Amino acid sequence: MHGISMDKESTTIATLELRDVRKLYGATAAVDGVNLTLKRGEFLTFLGPSGSGKTTTLAMVAGLQTPTSGRIILDGQPLDPLPPYRRNIGMVFQHYALFPHMTVAKNIAFPLEMRKIDGEERKRRVAEALRLVGLPDFGDRFPNQLSGGQQQRVALARAMVFQPPLLLMDEPLGALDKKLREQMQLEILRLHRDLGMSILYVTHDQEEALVMSDRIAVFNDGRIQQIGSAEELYERPISRFVAGFLGESNMIRGKVVALDSGDCVLESRHGRLRAFNTAKLKTGDQAVVAVRPERLTITDPSIERENLVKGRVVEVIYLGQSRKYVLKTEDNAEMTVLQQAQDAEKHSINPGDEICLEWRGRESNALAAEG
Amino acid sequence: MLASLRPRGAGWLVLPAAVLLLLFFAVPISWLLAASVSYPQLGLQNFAALYEKTIYLRVLGNTVVISGVTTFWCAIIGYPLAFTMANGSPRVRRALVFIILIPFWTSLLVRTFAWMVLLQKQGLINDLLMSAGLIDSPVALIYNRLGVYIGMVQVLLPFMIFPLYSVMVRIDKSYSQAAATLGAPPIRNFFRIYLPLSLPGVLSGASLVFISALGYYITPALLGGPADMMIAQMIEKQISQFGNWGLAGALAVVLLVGTGVSLAIVHRVLGVRAGWRRA
Ligand SMILES: Nc1ncnc2c1ncn2[C@@H]1O[C@H](COP(=O)(O)OP(=O)(O)OP(=O)(O)O)[C@@H](O)[C@H]1O
Ligand SMILES: [Mg+2]
Repeated sequence: MHGISMDKESTTIATLELRDVRKLYGATAAVDGVNLTLKRGEFLTFLGPSGSGKTTTLAMVAGLQTPTSGRIILDGQPLDPLPPYRRNIGMVFQHYALFPHMTVAKNIAFPLEMRKIDGEERKRRVAEALRLVGLPDFGDRFPNQLSGGQQQRVALARAMVFQPPLLLMDEPLGALDKKLREQMQLEILRLHRDLGMSILYVTHDQEEALVMSDRIAVFNDGRIQQIGSAEELYERPISRFVAGFLGESNMIRGKVVALDSGDCVLESRHGRLRAFNTAKLKTGDQAVVAVRPERLTITDPSIERENLVKGRVVEVIYLGQSRKYVLKTEDNAEMTVLQQAQDAEKHSINPGDEICLEWRGRESNALAAEG
Repeated sequence: MLASLRPRGAGWLVLPAAVLLLLFFAVPISWLLAASVSYPQLGLQNFAALYEKTIYLRVLGNTVVISGVTTFWCAIIGYPLAFTMANGSPRVRRALVFIILIPFWTSLLVRTFAWMVLLQKQGLINDLLMSAGLIDSPVALIYNRLGVYIGMVQVLLPFMIFPLYSVMVRIDKSYSQAAATLGAPPIRNFFRIYLPLSLPGVLSGASLVFISALGYYITPALLGGPADMMIAQMIEKQISQFGNWGLAGALAVVLLVGTGVSLAIVHRVLGVRAGWRRA
């Protein structure tokens, strides 16, 4: 029994399903038809801008908000008839919501107390939970005697001590500084690995989402724009919103003139472009080609070919391990290029230089011009 | 920070108030207090009289009991009202504030007379109860303890509600939500989370009500019977009927000390409580 004795075997690990879940506040939809399936033991992250409906979705799963329509199903059982206190779902709140009038140990014991687990068993599990989050000697303190990171750990311990099959976390690291956040990310991952429960996690920090998740659901305007692994979302975003929200993308307008074995051939101001047909466009569609700054290479413009863009360097940004160049193209659009330090040092590039960029068609995505 | 913003010499602005307070409060009160040990002659005879005569002890007992019971009922009635104000819609909140503040539009004396009209033998309440067939003969609602409680609770209720409300609006909803997700059904949730978090408001409201009640005069005088005399009435009686400034002074000392001790206890309790409160 090394470290973990919150018996993984006895914990049931939930699957969760949201079917066309909607939440209206007056006439406006905070959540507008969300569908998703959380697999057993999966770590799924909601990523999206402020006001996109992440918290509202989580609150409906926890039972703190009632959906206007749609169904939420936990392990095959509809959750709608259950009040929050009978759902047995752990939740970590953004500002922790530790009870200020109770000690750390009392806070963690609270869910056990509600489940009539008393005496030695309660003591043992509180001590266990405290040890698991690395605060074995903090039981007698009050929450206001803890640092932000310590409060966060206590909130985590309290949400896990009753071994919920599903854990919800609403921006649990939002109030911590970068360094502590990175450390806590790893700890949460470790706990997830050790205890194995399913997790729904909310953040608007894309790096955090990339590091932690099995899958990411990108929210916008109350809808899931795309759901998939970090790599899928980053390499194959299906809309302009996702391409722009997760990482940085250069967008070049064009019109689809031909379809060629999974690729789109487009006509643009920069001549012919080729890109992977991610958004399943048809000939004649208005489109954008989204290409990541690190996929662009600086090249020799002498031979005419596909995926070639000329521009003038307006800014050079030193980033240590890499350099970022901001270009103005002929049609006055901005593009950014990222170059690794070794490559950048081979020939220096300065503001005012005319350079030419190229990329492989398969490494860019053709997306609908709207949305 | 603030001090640097203050224009130089602004301390003079408090001078009129200071003079006023000194002249009309500090001086007469000190004089009365001095009288307690110097009238009719130097010594503690006035305090000895308070201790020896049962009437004075009974009045002191009345004062504490009436203040305590009034505080209790203010808390019982005020808590749900403050809760509704803090957690209801803005419309409900505005309506309640309005209703609670209406009594302040009239003077205490007028309100007390209004209670006399309502509570007397041929008053509205007895008439209603009789015509509803709930009672056969009028009930004594006035010139007894009940009358005092009704009048004082009504008058002092806002002093309970507003401190309570100001604490309640600052209780984050996420505490109760967290308790719910951790498995607390509504009633346990309330008693384990909301009530303890609102306790500082109850204590400050209760201390305000209790301390105000200790010195109450008009309401017990008009709505109570002879057996319900409180200390302020006794002080008035000693002076206006017997001209006994010494005994009045001694009673005033008791009232002052009693109030001071109550305040100290409340501060003590609140101070301990404040240990867990977020800054
Ligand atoms: N109680 C409410 N009444 C009315 N509108 C609400 C209420 N709660 C949320 N909303 C609205 O619903 C939308 C979604 O809110 P939600 O809190 O789910 O966003 P979020 O994605 O969690 O944002 P953030 O990243 O800022 O936390 C917002 O436009 C918000 O203004
Ligand atoms: Mg939110």
